[in-house]
Amino acid sequence: MNFGDIARKRLQFLAILAAGLTFSAASVGALAQEAESVEAPVAAMVEGAAPDAAADQAATAAPAFEHFGPDMIKGQPIAAEDDMWASMGFQDQYSETGNYALWMHDAILMPIITVISLFVLGLLLWVIVRFNRRRNPVASKTSHNTFIEVIWTVIPVIILLVIAVPSIRLLAAQYESPPEDAITIKTNGYQWYWGYEYVDNGGFEVISNMMPEADAIAQGYPAQLEADRRMVVPVGVPIRIQTFGADVIHSFAVPSLWFKLDAVPGRINEKVLIVEEEGIYYGQCMELCGARHAYMPIALEARSLEDYNAWVLSQPGGVIAHAEAEVVPAAEVAEEPLPAAEAPAV
Amino acid sequence: MATTAEGFDAHHDDHAAHDHHDHKPGFFARWFMSTNHKDIGTLYLIFAIFAGIIGGAISGLMRWELAEPGLQIMGQVVEFMGGAGTFDEQGHMWNVLITAHGLIMVFFMVMPAMIGGFGNWFVPLMIGAPDMAFPRMNNISFWLTVAGFISLMFSAFVPGGIGNGAGVGWTVYAPLSTTFSQGPAVDFAIFSLHLAGAGSILGATNFITTIFNMRAPGMTLHKMPLFVWSVLVTAFLLLLALPVLAAAITMLLTDRNFGTTFYDPAGGGDPILYQHLFWFFGHPEVYIMILPGFGMISQIVATFSRKPVFGYLGMAYAMVAIGVVGFIVWAHHMYTVGLDVNTKMYFTAATMVIAVPTGIKIFSWIATMWGGSIEFKSPMVWAMGFIFLFTVGGVTGVVLANGGVDDNLHDTYYVVAHFHYVLSLGAVTSIFAGWYYWFPKMSGRMHSEFLSHLHFWVFFIGVNLIFFPMHFLGLQGMARRYPDYTPAFTYWNEIATIGYIVMAASMVIFFVNMAYALIAGKKAEANYWGEGATTLEWSLSSPPPFHQFETLPVIEDHHSADDHISPAPARA
Repeated sequence: MNFGDIARKRLQFLAILAAGLTFSAASVGALAQEAESVEAPVAAMVEGAAPDAAADQAATAAPAFEHFGPDMIKGQPIAAEDDMWASMGFQDQYSETGNYALWMHDAILMPIITVISLFVLGLLLWVIVRFNRRRNPVASKTSHNTFIEVIWTVIPVIILLVIAVPSIRLLAAQYESPPEDAITIKTNGYQWYWGYEYVDNGGFEVISNMMPEADAIAQGYPAQLEADRRMVVPVGVPIRIQTFGADVIHSFAVPSLWFKLDAVPGRINEKVLIVEEEGIYYGQCMELCGARHAYMPIALEARSLEDYNAWVLSQPGGVIAHAEAEVVPAAEVAEEPLPAAEAPAV
Repeated sequence: MATTAEGFDAHHDDHAAHDHHDHKPGFFARWFMSTNHKDIGTLYLIFAIFAGIIGGAISGLMRWELAEPGLQIMGQVVEFMGGAGTFDEQGHMWNVLITAHGLIMVFFMVMPAMIGGFGNWFVPLMIGAPDMAFPRMNNISFWLTVAGFISLMFSAFVPGGIGNGAGVGWTVYAPLSTTFSQGPAVDFAIFSLHLAGAGSILGATNFITTIFNMRAPGMTLHKMPLFVWSVLVTAFLLLLALPVLAAAITMLLTDRNFGTTFYDPAGGGDPILYQHLFWFFGHPEVYIMILPGFGMISQIVATFSRKPVFGYLGMAYAMVAIGVVGFIVWAHHMYTVGLDVNTKMYFTAATMVIAVPTGIKIFSWIATMWGGSIEFKSPMVWAMGFIFLFTVGGVTGVVLANGGVDDNLHDTYYVVAHFHYVLSLGAVTSIFAGWYYWFPKMSGRMHSEFLSHLHFWVFFIGVNLIFFPMHFLGLQGMARRYPDYTPAFTYWNEIATIGYIVMAASMVIFFVNMAYALIAGKKAEANYWGEGATTLEWSLSSPPPFHQFETLPVIEDHHSADDHISPAPARA
């Protein structure tokens, strides 16, 4: 037998499969990007909220602002004592890409990996039962079977292709560019606290430290997750989150929004975030940043645009974003109601 | 009496008196100036056990700390190490511990055990060579590793910023490791990697040269045992990956000490450059840690199934494929640093490709057992445990490969669970499998099969209790490298800590077993596993003579490649 030939065939086979997988993944990705921009899922989501909010914005003049209490906590880890099943999976998701990713994990990845693991376990148990020395004293001498080898190469490739399609779609969706006039919030990572710079709202910076554990527990908030000053964001509209590391690398991560972006010195990373529901969402720094790495939580409070603007005006130096919209006639405001509505066109 | 002079004479003795080929040098020359691959392998194994005890004890401190929310024992640890015990010092001490645990387990436990220990011992035996190609270089490889370990230990006792020690994580990311860790601790930690890396590069060249040039007559590459294949591929990975690490950490050193700004944006550098360089080394590194395990599992499964390995060439070239693809997937460790969308799509696709050759290996092992006559001796039980645990660790790797999904899992306990399933439960399980497979061959004494099985089951339960709940913690969003957590994470952390105690108990069983074997173990025959064990080391006595194969064995030609090799009778 010529084993060199077999090996060469195997190598070619692998190379072709690898190339095929890569190319198909890339083309699917391109398709997905196009599809996303045509389908414009973001538009559908914001349309409802946008005109109302714009009208309100024009009418209001800095009403009083009150932060949400513990009853509005949406994104936080769940204790096993409260709900065993929920404590074993992802947190509930409150963003569109988060829900898609959650679906992909729960409906595609988990079933596949569970079945594969159980399949391997089953085969192992079967060979233990069937091919032990007592039941099978004489071993067979089989050491080749081209057909089965091709099968266990091709089937994994097909499974991976099945995974690759939604995976690439998810990536394309996550990289949607924010619309030009999306509200920009720059999150600065410091040793060891966060600063939220409201670039479009007058440029003030909210310095956010961890709320002392005793205070947090006394007020009904989760210890080590609540901050003394929250990052307030508008709900339902695209927000351009920019991350920046002021000293070392930090990572801005909110699990219930499927959002994580490193805050790196010397560069600004940017990613769009759309929070679907009002509420409080907790996150933490997720890149080792020194001694108090564990103690710089993110408390993100999503509010209606009206409340958001009220909050902005309550901050020193806070001005309402795109304020020029207020002074133009109402008709023009209607034409250009909110940055969010333009998102899909970009 | 053992003297150095006697040791130096040993080689002359060999040449003078061929009938006296088991003549050993004196104690100091034998163990401190060793040029014998088996002795160096033994040194590596003893060193790996020693480092494993320290690294394992550190993980015990970590599990103790994480047993409950709030800081448990970091204060005492800081005070024990001579600090004042302030809040920041406690956080820093935690970072020192995770850094030391990672570096010790990777560079001073798994690598020395697999490549230095089993590689040195059995590559020459399996290819029918009298020794390694460069015996003195082999010795310096080992002692460089020891020097690296001492440098790392030393770093824990010198200032590293807030407190003593290097608290930067095993990845040593800039700028936390440069401007923000003043003091010599990080320099010593970096230097430790230089030394260990240099030792590994020398070792790798030694293995490559040995395997390419010193195979017995008739042993073609396609007749080599799969363990030798695995070490060959590993050696190439080491040779190509470690210089990149050396360059990356050298630039780190000059950034720290000589005013360069390779990784400092203030001078035009980029912290992400360091991450690319590190992971260009770091990803092949994880295959360096698992490939020799693959090789050992192949030998063991074939031996105890009494069957040749199924799809020998597929198995060998699957390892080559894993090695090659392993070099082009590094940025999946960096999905959240701000990669652009095309880069992330590429690395997602490329990473998933690795599942294919890995799947071929898993299924080929099962096919080897299929139709076999399986005997459940201790190495086989460990090997079957490996196959299952590695599968579980592998499938979570497929989940993490998806850049979009990884956005929520990156730097959480899900990742910790994943890489401990493939390393702590994969690589370490394969090390124990190899250990029970070859321990009598190395020591000449049989271990207790009962204790070995007991060790397996207690270890298996323990490590699963530690690491399986970490998947849940990661999905729920618990970050890595945290000494403290919000109370919601308590339950699964408690389970993991209980698991650690079970695992630690299994280590006690292991050491009792070894003590039993060395004190009262039965003498091992040449081939104590019987019919299925057909590679060349089984043709030698247990332990093998100090110098073996002075007359080279000849591998018969009419055997087909997948048949096992039997040595020709030595020429008179």
